[in-house]
Amino acid sequence: MTGEIFASNVESAAGDKQMSLMVNAHSYLLTVGNRPGEVDPAHTLAFTLRETLGLTGTKVSCDKGACGGCTVLMDGKAVLSCMLLTIECGGKEITTIEGLMEPKTGALDPLQQSFIDHSAFQCGFCTPGMIMSAKALLAENPSPSEEEIKEALSGNFCRCISQYQVVEAVKAVSGKKR
Amino acid sequence: MGKPYRYIGKATPRRDGAEIVTGRSHFVDDLRFERLLHGKVLRSPHAHAIIRSIDSSRAESLGGVKAVLTWENIPDLRYGNPRVFRLLDPKVRYVGDAVAVIAAESEEIAREAAGLVEIDYEVLPAVFGDYEASAPGAPQLYDEFPGNVLPLGDPFLGPKSMVEIATGDVESGFSEADVIFEGKCGYDNLPNPMPMESPRVVALWGRAAEGPDAVTFWVSNQAPYLMKAVLGSILGGNVDVRVFGGPCGGSFGSKLMSWQPMCYAALLSKNTGRPVKVVYSKEEHLAAFTLRPSSRLDIKVGMKKDGTVTAIAGDWLIGTGSYSQTTQAQVAVGCGEAMLAVRCKNWNVKPRIVCTNRTASGIARGFGGQELKCALFPILSRGMAKLEIDPLDFMKKNFIRPGEGYLWRNAQWYDYRGIDFTKMMDKGAEVFGWEQKWKGWLKPTTVEGNRRIGVGVGVHGNADVGEDVSEAYVRLDGNGRVVVHSCLQEHGTGQRSNALKVVAEVFQTPLEWVSMTPADTMVNPFEFGPFGSRGTYIILGAIVRAAEDAKKKLFELAAPMLGCDASELDTADGFIWAKTAPEKRLRWQRVLFQRTVLGYGRFEPDYSLSNCLMSFVEVEVDTDTGKLTLLRVVNATDVGQIIDPQGLEGQLCGCLGTAGIDSAIFEETVLDPLSGRILNANMIDYKWRTSSELPAIENVVFETPMPTHRFHAIGVGEIATSPGPSAVLMAASNAVGVWLDGYPVTPAKILSALGKLGSAGKIKDGANGK
Ligand code: FES
Ligand code: FES
Repeated sequence: MTGEIFASNVESAAGDKQMSLMVNAHSYLLTVGNRPGEVDPAHTLAFTLRETLGLTGTKVSCDKGACGGCTVLMDGKAVLSCMLLTIECGGKEITTIEGLMEPKTGALDPLQQSFIDHSAFQCGFCTPGMIMSAKALLAENPSPSEEEIKEALSGNFCRCISQYQVVEAVKAVSGKKR
Repeated sequence: MGKPYRYIGKATPRRDGAEIVTGRSHFVDDLRFERLLHGKVLRSPHAHAIIRSIDSSRAESLGGVKAVLTWENIPDLRYGNPRVFRLLDPKVRYVGDAVAVIAAESEEIAREAAGLVEIDYEVLPAVFGDYEASAPGAPQLYDEFPGNVLPLGDPFLGPKSMVEIATGDVESGFSEADVIFEGKCGYDNLPNPMPMESPRVVALWGRAAEGPDAVTFWVSNQAPYLMKAVLGSILGGNVDVRVFGGPCGGSFGSKLMSWQPMCYAALLSKNTGRPVKVVYSKEEHLAAFTLRPSSRLDIKVGMKKDGTVTAIAGDWLIGTGSYSQTTQAQVAVGCGEAMLAVRCKNWNVKPRIVCTNRTASGIARGFGGQELKCALFPILSRGMAKLEIDPLDFMKKNFIRPGEGYLWRNAQWYDYRGIDFTKMMDKGAEVFGWEQKWKGWLKPTTVEGNRRIGVGVGVHGNADVGEDVSEAYVRLDGNGRVVVHSCLQEHGTGQRSNALKVVAEVFQTPLEWVSMTPADTMVNPFEFGPFGSRGTYIILGAIVRAAEDAKKKLFELAAPMLGCDASELDTADGFIWAKTAPEKRLRWQRVLFQRTVLGYGRFEPDYSLSNCLMSFVEVEVDTDTGKLTLLRVVNATDVGQIIDPQGLEGQLCGCLGTAGIDSAIFEETVLDPLSGRILNANMIDYKWRTSSELPAIENVVFETPMPTHRFHAIGVGEIATSPGPSAVLMAASNAVGVWLDGYPVTPAKILSALGKLGSAGKIKDGANGK
């Protein structure tokens, strides 16, 4: 991990340390520091996404790695963005809920549409995290069994208990390719 | 039989669905404000202490700190029931009680500043047990409440409120009984409703138009208009309060108790002239917000062989923690709900509310009734067992039916006007397989080695489906579109989308033509908010009336244009015609040229209806490890008419979480008995159910039209959590063959009941599936 930090964090001409972050196929050049708009070494990826980049689709509930609400994809794998320091994410490819739509047409990902069709949410606060976890599962295993879906989503808290409908929503798109 | 409706009862996508699945739903913390400050609360490390002195000068001088408020420099603002609880007080009463609030440029600065406030505490002895709180010599939390006993009754409920269940003559009731038994049971493990989104608010004091004494809130809540009323009454009559209710990441009633964070943000904003955001961390949410009240029942019951309950008498002790806002109202409603579920002519149950040094109790689904009945049914079970009465028969016999009545929260008697729920109970039993699985009291359904299966059943109903007032406008615009004005906030039930459905049904327009104002108190009429499953009957009822009023006005305008009487007109898809001459059609736009039509609807409280939910549960107990696994739940209900099948399914599956069924299995708040600190105030130690542990759930839904109102539907969402916990206790007792009396049914409780912890013991009668 340490090697990667140095590989992707570079000094600018002014002596500021800079890092690049790929989010939703968009490359952001960020300055490491503690002035407003900069990436403090203590900032979590969740914080940077929401507060620095304005990508508020990623939700923070526990901020301690327990609820899965802040799940995003890092190089295609589901990670908890509240448990990662942004400065460790240089050079990684991050996908957030905002990045699931077809960028040109704005069409929803079939998984997003399936969540709507199945009303796979009540309050909707867990939904972005649920969708990202399910997305990572389907990328790895396009035809998961019900048990595998439940297992993959078992780190995602849903207080409203929408998981029954979430499982149906994921099942409905499994085995299908976008 | 085909449904006569175009939208009602059909699955239609939630209007906010696309926003939710794309992350564009703007919950409070997603809103952006210029020059926003961050508020933090400094909390007490002591359960009970006097603040001798407080010095915030070092905190104030930290760069980026804009305000530090303590009890010394804010007005004496009080709220609660009774209204004695100060926003910031020189005395702290639980670990986590607020001592100071700080506004700073960033959360980190605010947190750092909190560490710089110097406080000299005089630590006092504390009391944590509800029984101990009233013992002679117990530490006193408030001068106003000797013995730590709070007054009963809630002025909000009217001139009178239900402060006891007292009817008939219990002595003569006992004399008619075939058996008389006594029992104690507690539902006192303090589960937390724990919505995923913790309490949070942004406040901005001062508005150009309304002047300096105006404050605007953006708050995660379920009742913007009620919060406007609450905050107005706390901040004083001159302050103009406006509340925006955007998407709410869960509440389950709990966020109605948001007056403290709202006041912190408001005062900090007033002090700094900038918007201030207060977001509770999950730890604060679990340790310094609201829990379910604790409940302990100690009663004597008379019962006849046929399951008739002849008398119930005794005491109901309710623990409210450090203060009360709604506990008295919960007691009032709980008493009424007991009467709905258990027909008995002679009651004498006396509630008593005590305060202790822990974070306060507040609203959770089941509002008082779940608390009371989770203690009541296990006691009644003892009598049923003595008389060998099947609990399903008992519940069917004793739940409210047409021709009967009950006392409700305002201490008034209501003759029940609703439907008979017996058929749906029978159907639920059939789907569950009750007849095959029920083997008798303390008898497992099956035994295989160390694995024992047991079944249980619970029932709950609530006459608050018709509580309080709702108002709405429905506006018809010149372009033929319909706008609903309601202060209904979306908190997860999908009720805003349902409002669009019923209005589209009234006008027979495409669903997309109907939209709704944001839940902003400035533009909308009074709305009490979706509590107690009142949304379907009362909120939608007011909206339907407003739509009908608008339709009537539209027809009155169209009638002369069509040369007929308004009563002869009909409409669909933006056209109006006379029923006698349907070929001559008039567009809405022609009628509404340079004109707006506004309909008004109001719904007055009606406590003469009840909903009903029966939950059947099947559990497996491992007698070696004591682990209890919930295998299956069948919920049966009758909603009159389904509005939104998918939303209803979601609400009913919600029976597990939010301090529901799982409060009988593993959910609890653990207080350190020495310090009063909550030991599991985080989402790892506070247990919750994961997807991989979901039991099978089947929801059996009947639609027997409610005779009382248009569309014939009543809500059921709130009570989804309520029948299940006592059913689990029953099922677990049957599985192991020993009475289990406490929640949650942890492995330790099971093993100790089996005599496998400490002293050796035996499984009693009913063992081995005999
Ligand atoms: S917010 Fe990241 S896991 Fe809970
Ligand atoms: S839908 Fe509310 S937390 Fe999942």
